[in-house]
Amino acid sequence: MEFPKDVLYMKSHEWVKFLDDKTALVGISDHAQSELGDLVFVNLPLPEDTVTAGEPFADVESVKAVSDVYCPVTGMVAEINEALLDKPELLNQDPYGAWMIKVTQVTDHADLLSAEEYEKLIAEEA
Amino acid sequence: MELKTPLYDAHLAAGGKIVPFGGYLLPVQYGAGVIAEHMAVRTKAGLFDVSHMGELMLKGKDAFRNLQHLLTNDFTTMAAGDCRYSPMCYPTGGVVDDLLVYKYADDDFLLVVNASNRHKDAEWIRSHLLGEVDFKDISDQTAQLALQGPLAHEILAPLVSGGALPEKYYSFAPYLEIAGIRCLVSRTGYTGEDGYELYCSPEDVTDLWNQLLEAGEPLGLIPCGLGARDTLRLEAAMPLYGHEMDENITPLETGLGFFVKMDKEDFIGKAAMAAQGKPSRKRVGLKLKDRGIARDACSVYASAEAAEAVGRTTSGTHCPYLGYAVAMALVPVDLAAPGTALWIDVRGRRLQAEVVRLPFYKR
Repeated sequence: MEFPKDVLYMKSHEWVKFLDDKTALVGISDHAQSELGDLVFVNLPLPEDTVTAGEPFADVESVKAVSDVYCPVTGMVAEINEALLDKPELLNQDPYGAWMIKVTQVTDHADLLSAEEYEKLIAEEA
Repeated sequence: MELKTPLYDAHLAAGGKIVPFGGYLLPVQYGAGVIAEHMAVRTKAGLFDVSHMGELMLKGKDAFRNLQHLLTNDFTTMAAGDCRYSPMCYPTGGVVDDLLVYKYADDDFLLVVNASNRHKDAEWIRSHLLGEVDFKDISDQTAQLALQGPLAHEILAPLVSGGALPEKYYSFAPYLEIAGIRCLVSRTGYTGEDGYELYCSPEDVTDLWNQLLEAGEPLGLIPCGLGARDTLRLEAAMPLYGHEMDENITPLETGLGFFVKMDKEDFIGKAAMAAQGKPSRKRVGLKLKDRGIARDACSVYASAEAAEAVGRTTSGTHCPYLGYAVAMALVPVDLAAPGTALWIDVRGRRLQAEVVRLPFYKR
C-alpha cells in the first residue's frame, strides 16, 4: 500500500497535489483503488465546471458498484484526464500518477491529512 | 447471522474478499480481481465454491408425479443420468425459483435450487406434496464446486476413477471418484462455458478444492468469486432469480417458454399462464450505445424525452470479455425487436441502448 508524501489526503480516500497556491491535481488513493477493485468506467466533470470541497465531483465504477469521488478543493476544472475515459484501469495501475482533474482558481479546501495521518487512519479502519 | 461454507478458511487463505450472499459469507473475488477471474473462465478455467446452493431430494412411488405437478417442464422423457432445468411457479404464474433436476431413477430425483430460496422452496414443496413420496432437504450434507472453462475437462480427466466423466451437456455421473473423493459430477454450469459441477460431502470438499487447484494450476486454473460468477452468467444472458424472474414475473415473460410445457397435464401456474395468453412484456438484451453502465432496476424509456417509463432493467454490467456494457430488461413486446432504440435512466442520465439478440456471448 502506497502513501506518497508529496500529496495530501481526504478521509474519503482522495488525494490532492498542490502545484501552486491556486492549482491542484486530484485523484484517488492506492487504498481506494484496492477497495474498489477493477475499475471499468469513470464519469468525470467537464472543463470549466466548478467543484466544491467535500462534494462529489466524479464517480468511478467497478464491475459490481458505483462510488462517488469527493473533491478536496473548491475551484474550477481546468483539465480532465481524458486517458481515463478509455482506460479506467489506469486508476488501479497508477493511482497517484493517473490524476482525474486539474483544478484552478482554488479558493478553499476540505480537511486534509498528511501521508502519516492517512496511513494511520487506514490502519485503524482495518 | 451469516453461515460459512466448509471452504471459508480456504477462501481467506486464498486472498478472498468475503461478502454476505444468500445468507452465507463468500468471496466476491480473490486477489486476481473480478476481471481476471472472468477472463480465466472464458480462456482457461476457474473454480467456484457453490456450496451455498440448496439440494433437495424427492423419492418414492409418486416422485415423478410430484415433479410434473410442481414444475413447469415435462420430465416424461427424462432418462436416468439426465439433468433438466425448470422454473417452479406459484398459482399466479409468478416464479418460486428456477432449478435443476437430476434424475437418478424413476422414483429418485435431486433438485438443486438457489441458495437464497432454499428454505422457501423446501417449505413450498413440502406443502404441495401429493401421494406417496419422501422429501428431504440435504443441503447441509452436500457441498458443491463448479469447475468451468475450456480447460475444465483437461484438468478433471486425469483425476477421475470409478467411471467416466459425463460427456453430454446436462448429464451426470452419480458416483465417481475425483482425486479419490466420492463425487456426483454433472456437465452443467452457470457461466456459458464448458464445465462441471461436483457434489461431495462437506467433510471432503476442502480436500477436493485443494486437489483441483493444485492439478489445474499449471493450466492456469484460479479460484473465482461471486463477482465473476455474476458477470459470466450475465454475459451469457443466463437469467438470475430475483432479477429476470421473481414472484411477479412469469417464466413466459422471462423468455423461458421452452421449459414451460403448456400441453402437460396440470401443473401449478398452468391455468394462470394459459389465461394470460401471450405475454405483453418480455425479457430483452440491451447493448449500451452511450458511455455508461446500466445496472438492475433502471427505468427504460421509448425515447430520450418520454416522461413515462415503459419498463426496467433486471440486470446490467460491463462485460469483461466482450468489453462493453450490457443489460437485460423487461419491456413491452412491441419494443422488443432487435435494433429497437431504448433509453435507460442511469442515475439521472438517459443513456441510449439498442435491443440485441440474446445471448450476448456464446462459446
